[in-house]
Amino acid sequence: MTAINMRPGPAISARTREALNGYAFVSPWVLGFFIFVIGPMIGLVWLSFHRWDLIGDPRPVGWRNYERLFSDRLFLKSMEVTIVYGLGRVPLGIIVALGTALLLNNRRIQFIGIWRTIYYMPVVLPPVAVSLVWMWIYNPRYGILNSTIQQVLGVPGPRWLDDPALVLPSLMIMAVWVAAGRNMIIYLSGLQGISNELYEASAIDGAGYWRQFFRITLPLLTPVIFFNLITGMIDTFKLFTQAYVMTEGGPRNQSLFFTYYLFQKGFAQYQMGYASAMALVVFIIIMALTLLVFRWSKAWVFYEGELTGGA
Amino acid sequence: MAINVAVAAPKRKNQTIDKFLPHLSVAAIYALLLLGAVMVFFPFAWTISTSLKTEQQTLAYPPTWVPDPVQWENYPNALTARPFGRYYVNTTIVTVLSVIGQVASSAVVAYGFARFRFPGRGLMFLIVLSTLMIPFHMLIIPRFILFKYLGWLDTFLPLIVPNFFGGAFSIFLLRQYFMTIPLDLDEAAKMDGASALQIFLRITLPLARPALGAVAVFEFVSTWNDFLGPLIYLSSDRNYTVSIGLAAFRNDYFTAWHLFMAASAVAMLAPLVVFFLAQKYFISGVALTGSGGSKG
Repeated sequence: MTAINMRPGPAISARTREALNGYAFVSPWVLGFFIFVIGPMIGLVWLSFHRWDLIGDPRPVGWRNYERLFSDRLFLKSMEVTIVYGLGRVPLGIIVALGTALLLNNRRIQFIGIWRTIYYMPVVLPPVAVSLVWMWIYNPRYGILNSTIQQVLGVPGPRWLDDPALVLPSLMIMAVWVAAGRNMIIYLSGLQGISNELYEASAIDGAGYWRQFFRITLPLLTPVIFFNLITGMIDTFKLFTQAYVMTEGGPRNQSLFFTYYLFQKGFAQYQMGYASAMALVVFIIIMALTLLVFRWSKAWVFYEGELTGGA
Repeated sequence: MAINVAVAAPKRKNQTIDKFLPHLSVAAIYALLLLGAVMVFFPFAWTISTSLKTEQQTLAYPPTWVPDPVQWENYPNALTARPFGRYYVNTTIVTVLSVIGQVASSAVVAYGFARFRFPGRGLMFLIVLSTLMIPFHMLIIPRFILFKYLGWLDTFLPLIVPNFFGGAFSIFLLRQYFMTIPLDLDEAAKMDGASALQIFLRITLPLARPALGAVAVFEFVSTWNDFLGPLIYLSSDRNYTVSIGLAAFRNDYFTAWHLFMAASAVAMLAPLVVFFLAQKYFISGVALTGSGGSKG
């Protein structure tokens, strides 16, 4: 009897207690979500209907910020630059990373750990330092790249970051140099997760390497490629450091990345309201793009669970 | 068939991986891998080489790889041209506190999602996952205004405090890991009268060291290397981090590439040292992300 009486009151059942514990544990995130996400989100919407230079009081301007947005040539340019860069850099990154992973996923290759370490190294470097180093490499007059071109080919090299047509490809190459190692490891772990039975079975059926690659390897890697696609897209919209340090958006606004333009409007020209409208519109565009890619992924992303479920 | 399997069984792992890239000889693969490694090392080598040259040598044609004479003074000169020592200390303070906050809070939250059933859990975790895909750069303006009203501008607080509320990626990674820890241990401890918090601290956390390590190293690198945050929130020189100090240093001189490379090499040093010391956490963490991402 005493044992029963010593239990906590019947109102708090084991289940309620479990739920309360759960809420207590997740509460820091809930709190942070309201302070740093929901709050600022509301602030963003509110600000986008105001005009404010941080001095004095914000003045309501109705939809004017939005109207201005669609006639702002530089805003449209920044969207174009960001999208063009993303369309080049994301596929290029996938090809380089997947190619390297395929080379490493081979039993005849030794010291996989060492190769992995070498390729991963650039990932951890500070973007500002990397930007300075690549600026120096790309330097049209004294850079090692053009000096080598001059020496080997006997012709002057292109102007890289100073050439409106080459600035984005130059930045893409640098970005692949930085990130390939990380994505390569993701692909490698994906490749190592593919069971050998699949290859054995198809080898018995007489399938060659490329047939196996397109019928087994690639389909089973589509979830990883999809993951890569989404993160690559978001990273593109976040790109800022290179534009700030290396090109200042130039030449001729050819590297006016969206976040860099947002920074200029907000923190150089203090147009908080206009910058907020800009951020909100792009926010909605990115979310729509993400949903679109998710939708589209159903057509080509292949989950192994479906295989066993269907068979 | 039966014979085939029986023969293949002991070394099945190796049997068909051989089928990868059968047309390439081992030598060709090594050559390609080596080429990749050379391309990775090339900017590093050029950085070090330039950082030890005189200014005239950096402008010489054809360029030389070995500096002559070796200009060691570039390092002290670059590091005192701006107070880089101070920047290093600032960055260390911000980074260490951010890592502590991020790891501790994310572990607590992840444990909540992994071990307790409560109404709304599924929805809340879905929100955590979806915030992984939200470009938070879009919120810099209202966040800046929030910190302005809190009086936190030009302090380290805007860079540190948000880390104490858990990060979506860290929560996701830790939750996946906690789910793999068998419940039997929890049950046994519960029998002995341990509270949820005690179980978390004494049983789960020690077993989750690899995942905690991965979260810590990722947070270290992302805070150490952050540029936009410090650029917006910090305004006085004495509060600068290494990254914004380096960008400012570049604007001071414009063409002193030997000094920029020396300062860049030093800026790269801390994350590289951490990487070499904690490699396995980076690699296993990245692998976890990929497989986790592929299921989410």
